[in-house]
Amino acid sequence: MPTGEMNTDFEVRSLDTICNNASTIDAPWYYNIKYLFIGVIFGIILVKTEVISWFRIQEMFRLQSFHMYGVIGSAVVVGMAGVWLIKKFKLKTFAGEPVDFSKKKFNRGQVYGGLLFGFGWALTGACPGPMFALVGDGFAVFLVVILAAVTGTWVYGLLRNKLPH
Amino acid sequence: MHVIDWLRQPWPWYISGPLIGLMVPALLLMGNKHFGISSSLRHICAACLPAKIPFFQYDWKKELWNLFFVAGIFLGGVVVVYYLADPSAVQVNPALTAELKQYGITDYTHVNPVELFSWSSLGSLKGIIIMLGGGFLVGFGTRYAGGCTSGHSIMGLSTLQLPSLIATICFMAGGFIMANLILPFILRL
Repeated sequence: MPTGEMNTDFEVRSLDTICNNASTIDAPWYYNIKYLFIGVIFGIILVKTEVISWFRIQEMFRLQSFHMYGVIGSAVVVGMAGVWLIKKFKLKTFAGEPVDFSKKKFNRGQVYGGLLFGFGWALTGACPGPMFALVGDGFAVFLVVILAAVTGTWVYGLLRNKLPH
Repeated sequence: MHVIDWLRQPWPWYISGPLIGLMVPALLLMGNKHFGISSSLRHICAACLPAKIPFFQYDWKKELWNLFFVAGIFLGGVVVVYYLADPSAVQVNPALTAELKQYGITDYTHVNPVELFSWSSLGSLKGIIIMLGGGFLVGFGTRYAGGCTSGHSIMGLSTLQLPSLIATICFMAGGFIMANLILPFILRL
């Protein structure tokens, strides 16, 4: 089976599918600068609330602090409310396009991959966002961790057809 | 107290959690973008070393926004260092302090223990397992699962996707197993 027929990716929604509602507006590259700004805000939040801290992650996995549960839980509640409002009032994007939500299917990768991700999360104390924030915060050695993560992603791409999904 | 001084303190969860949640509708309205970070790792593979692997054969330039987003996250860290740095030590649960002391981790002046995360510790087995092994597992696992904490746990749960709930439960299960059952042996190395 060609890999292109099955999109297992939640973040890259349209790459493997032929029919999609992705933006058809061809914007010049500098339109992306707004995502740089929102990234800066997100990075500041991650650092200031210590989500990037290995100590906080260890506390979370030992049930020694409510902090991380509070962060993730309240983020989900606000995210849900935002999505609900967009659907309820059929809000359009700033470019005037309808907001696109695609339903995703379950596959076993979410279990196997999820467990492996959890192992890595507890070891490094960082999921991908915090890795980038940590480099900015002065832990340059996290460039090596990011490189290891890119290697992991690459090896997944290489072995994808042989792995159970 | 001056506003900047107030911002310098660690932010409580009930301020930052909702702000992180706002990223979801903000990115959707800004240009139909789905909040997610680990896909940037895939785009880096597609851009730098696609090696004829089908999973990396796509027009990564169309997903350029995601690379701008992670570049911004890096810059956010830099902004904190220059303008919002907090000189006080990280406050952690005394039970964790006591446990980590057994493994020689006593420095709380940075967000991460410098005993583990430094260039010199890349020369030790412990450092290699934690940084290289851990990094590899994050990159491999997130793509296998189809998303990370942002893509599944925040974006996926916000849009009420059952697979994202399953993935999030597995992230947590994996973390609990590693932190409580396996990591103590690694930290003793």
